[in-house]
Amino acid sequence: MSTARRARALLSVYYAYMLEYRAEILLWALSNILPLIMMGIWMEVGKDGSMELTPVDFARYFLAIFIVRQFTVVWVIWEFEFHVVEGKLSPYLLQPMDPVWRFMAGHVAERVTRLPFSILFVILFFVLYPDAIWTPGVIDAFWAIVFVVLTFLMRFLMQYTSGMLAFWFERASSVEHLMWLPYLFLSGLVAPLDVYPPLVREIVLYTPFPYLLWYPVKLLTHGIDATGVGLFQALGVMGAWGLAYFALNRWLWRLGLKHYSAMGA
Amino acid sequence: MKRYLKTLRTFWSTALAAEMEYRANFVVALLSSLGGVAGSLFVLSLFYRGKDDLNGWAWEQALLVLGVFTLLEGLSNSMLVPNLNRIVQHVRLGTLDFVLLKPIDPQFWLSTRNMTLWGIPDFILGTGMIVYGGVKSGMELPDYLLATIPIAFAFVIVYSMWFMLGTMSIWFVKIANVTEVLRAFLEAGKYPVTMYPTAYQFFFTFVIPVAFMTSVPAETMLGQATSTRILIGGALALLLLLASRLWWRFASRYYTSASS
Repeated sequence: MSTARRARALLSVYYAYMLEYRAEILLWALSNILPLIMMGIWMEVGKDGSMELTPVDFARYFLAIFIVRQFTVVWVIWEFEFHVVEGKLSPYLLQPMDPVWRFMAGHVAERVTRLPFSILFVILFFVLYPDAIWTPGVIDAFWAIVFVVLTFLMRFLMQYTSGMLAFWFERASSVEHLMWLPYLFLSGLVAPLDVYPPLVREIVLYTPFPYLLWYPVKLLTHGIDATGVGLFQALGVMGAWGLAYFALNRWLWRLGLKHYSAMGA
Repeated sequence: MKRYLKTLRTFWSTALAAEMEYRANFVVALLSSLGGVAGSLFVLSLFYRGKDDLNGWAWEQALLVLGVFTLLEGLSNSMLVPNLNRIVQHVRLGTLDFVLLKPIDPQFWLSTRNMTLWGIPDFILGTGMIVYGGVKSGMELPDYLLATIPIAFAFVIVYSMWFMLGTMSIWFVKIANVTEVLRAFLEAGKYPVTMYPTAYQFFFTFVIPVAFMTSVPAETMLGQATSTRILIGGALALLLLLASRLWWRFASRYYTSASS
């Protein structure tokens, strides 16, 4: 069977699954309200012009954060942990396909299910707050989309790598509780990097986190020049971390499989 | 009443014994509390860059709000999460049958059966922030004592809303994550409600009463809350608790066990 046919089959199956859970997916989308809460407070804080961004800038920034989050939500560690702990990984291992593609297909299909919600939300937001309407430059928008895809792959890879610990520990997902913290505070989810103290920003730019939200969002809202970070640097940092994580992931996967014995076996 | 107290003691001692099997989780809880508080303080410091006052709140006073939030989060992690997030499982697996058959109030059982110690780091860090902010703002012991009243109200408000949403799983098993939506909205309580724009303030006072959870207790400590505001919080807590009671009676009538 060709790769394209396989991909199509997997995606249509998982899209059907996801449609069944559309009410739940809508609630997951709503539970991602944090950027909109932060939008309110930053607009109020920036009202007197003392911040690097104006209130309208903050509104656009956090709206874009909200949207990018919708496309980059990842939960593979819980899914993988469940499959290992319950022994459900075993039948997948017998198939001539790495099980990661199943998890990946589920994630991609879920994004498609969310799409109508995201579009409706943006329209509603602009109706309520027309001052915030803006159009990004074509080239910036192109790179922003590239980075959103890369971001999703990177977050998936990072979480899937932590998930490998499920081979040895029952609750690998608690690692994700810890990894969530640097993501929350360093990615730009609660505050744009523009308002960080310069030294902190310099250091943070060498971690993968700001490229997971702040960078694509800034491309979209203010263009590449406003980021102060060139494309090569962004791609370089992401690529280096990505390679390291990929190597670690494959190593743990091979080690883990040797260790793995299904439940009841 | 005495019987319930005795039952509660048995519940919690068995729950703690079971929890001790997962001691490593306590380390994770400790690290994530420390990291979470450090991050929240960092974000708060960003708001106050080059300012001493934000819409009437000094830095030390805003710390009180964050402290109350962290303390409440500790309480919820210890007492609400292990109970109310499991209601859906009882509905899905049909084990709610056994709860209903017990000679004890089912709402009491569902709300108190479990407890964990993972909320303790948050509880301690929250208390620490309150004491630090309080000393800096010149608070006296009676101020702290008085503040326990609105904090208790706040806990009742959170419990009631959480319980009502958790009970909705009797009708809709698939939307078990609705309590996650509530938690996401409660995050707004990390900062004083008057630091938000007017529309947000309206929403967080009248739709989801976050204002009464963290801002009112902090105002009480500072002696800025009028007694009316505290009383409204109390009335709200009582009303929501009563609503959760009626809601449970109503919802449990629709329970039809699993696979029927």
